[in-house]
Amino acid sequence: MSAPSTFDLRPLTTSALALAAGLVLLAAGLAAAGHDPAAALGAMWRGAFGSWYAFTSATLLRATPLIVIGLGFALALRGGALNIGAEGQFYAGAIAATWAAFQLGALPAPLAIPLTWLAALAGGALWVLVPVVLKRRFGVLEVISTLLLNFVAEALVSLMVQGPMQEPAGIYPQSAPIPAAARLPLLPGTRLHAGFLVALALAAAMAFLLARTVWGFRLRAAGAAPRAAELIGRVDAGRFAGVALLASGAIAGLAGALEVSGVSYALYQNLSPGYGFTAIAVALLARGHPLGIVASGILFGALEAGAGAMQREAGVPSVTVYVVEAVVILAVLLADARGRSTPAVAGA
Amino acid sequence: MITGFLAAAVRIASPLLLAAVGEVVSQRGGTINLGLEGAMLAGALAAALAAGGGGAEAGLLAAAVAGLAVAAIFALVAIGAGADQIIAGTAVTLGAVGLTGAVFRTAFGSAGTGPTLPMLEPLAVPGLWRMPLIGEALFRQPLPTYLAFAAVPAAWWVLFRTRWGRALRAAGEDAASARAAGVPVRRVRGVAVLAGGLLAGLAGGSLVLAQVGTFAEKMTAGRGFVAIAIVVLGRWHPVGALAAALLFGALQALQFVFQAMGLDVPYQLFLMLPYLLTLLALAGAVGRVRAPGELGRGERGTGSGER
Repeated sequence: MSAPSTFDLRPLTTSALALAAGLVLLAAGLAAAGHDPAAALGAMWRGAFGSWYAFTSATLLRATPLIVIGLGFALALRGGALNIGAEGQFYAGAIAATWAAFQLGALPAPLAIPLTWLAALAGGALWVLVPVVLKRRFGVLEVISTLLLNFVAEALVSLMVQGPMQEPAGIYPQSAPIPAAARLPLLPGTRLHAGFLVALALAAAMAFLLARTVWGFRLRAAGAAPRAAELIGRVDAGRFAGVALLASGAIAGLAGALEVSGVSYALYQNLSPGYGFTAIAVALLARGHPLGIVASGILFGALEAGAGAMQREAGVPSVTVYVVEAVVILAVLLADARGRSTPAVAGA
Repeated sequence: MITGFLAAAVRIASPLLLAAVGEVVSQRGGTINLGLEGAMLAGALAAALAAGGGGAEAGLLAAAVAGLAVAAIFALVAIGAGADQIIAGTAVTLGAVGLTGAVFRTAFGSAGTGPTLPMLEPLAVPGLWRMPLIGEALFRQPLPTYLAFAAVPAAWWVLFRTRWGRALRAAGEDAASARAAGVPVRRVRGVAVLAGGLLAGLAGGSLVLAQVGTFAEKMTAGRGFVAIAIVVLGRWHPVGALAAALLFGALQALQFVFQAMGLDVPYQLFLMLPYLLTLLALAGAVGRVRAPGELGRGERGTGSGER
């Protein structure tokens, strides 16, 4: 995937076609399974965009972690690293944020909230630190190490909510509700929390960083052509990949904090319905461009929100949406592979 | 108790070993298939659907075919089109989670309980199964366990004693050189991935037909990814994979021993242990064997020489 110029619309067309392919296949599958595709897709549309409440409290709410994690994934990708462990870093961030919320609950909200974010950023970064060290010192593929740590993180959450962080009554596998001061404000009349604004700000910051700063340029160079960057630009490509991986872990951790402090108000097992993997599709569909990730994140948020409505109203299993997501990713991969003349480089 | 522990370890290890041996073959050819989890899940569902009407043996066959089909989709994108293997594999698994969930709920209702299925009975090897300690574990197991153990020498022979295996390993170490030497890189890689998918499908089927007796959504619970960890821990060798799979099985089975002894060790620690161990092994604490040179690179590593 080469970095397109401002006027190159081909990637956008490809993404739109990939999405259309996914939806057409969904409709065909629904018809084959004996459902009324029009009714099901209609329910999906209403569930995602049918009302202001649906758009904010379902679509944008669901989009928030996808955008945030997608941004992190894209940052690592553009630095030349594949972070398949966002799910684990999300949980590490969620644990850290929950812990911090209980420590800081007595502080006023304007202090408590940023501090829980800081804790989550640290938690996520810490979780990806092992893969970074393994990659730098021993040349271990980060794909494998980040993936493995997902399972450790899931077990750790399970341990926490049945052990040290379990709610006082000790009945349910979850933490006590976090103090009010650590909770994010909501958009009045909806369930959408301020974390969505954080996602937007992060996207803007990353767009600026990548496009307008020397550091961003070096990062992209290191990711796109490491050997050239090292020889010509005297950029330590491995170091940039490591830093990008650390940052992406921290960002995934932040997503965990936003979910705890904006949606669940407590630490649970299965807090993430696979955000870390869906976010890969989000980043890919947007070709790693920060502002595009906002758009594709909202799109996937709409798909997943609509899938819930489709199950309630038309009796179509909501998991069907994962097939659509998979088709979209595969279609983009196929289209990109067809459209390139030179061997592609991971990401960018 | 030791007899029971060993039998449990082998039982838990069997599906992991089946999938891991296939993935050793894939990765020796330079392809890492994260769609393995999806292939396993598809195998599990296919086994459940076919075993209901056709019996357990038909279920096992259907599982292999389903795993093969999922791997074919992965191969088409990752090898045929030369797309990024990691992203393609992740997408394939995501799609398999969705598709198996949707088909399962359509076929058996959304209550979440699967049908009770006929299971594969243990086949005792006459005489041998009465051996003390290891008899039950090694010689009184259902068919997939024997298949898993047979796959180890079979994969070793194919990889290291056949021309095809040498071509595959060449493609996995240095695709450009292999191609120059006349190896049809994509074709050998594709066949390796399909073989891996077939075994992963069998692994999913054995989970249903030899262990659980029914299907549940996402029932593979990351075992496909565990199989990839086993490949790494087993240093990309079939025999290493055997040892690593048995180790994973033993660690999981240890949990039951501790419970039986009344020791209050949080079970989550047993869940973490194998992964932490694999990371440790990756750090080179126990060896200097490295991954196949082309692993995960696909077309990127075969063209201009960049990366």
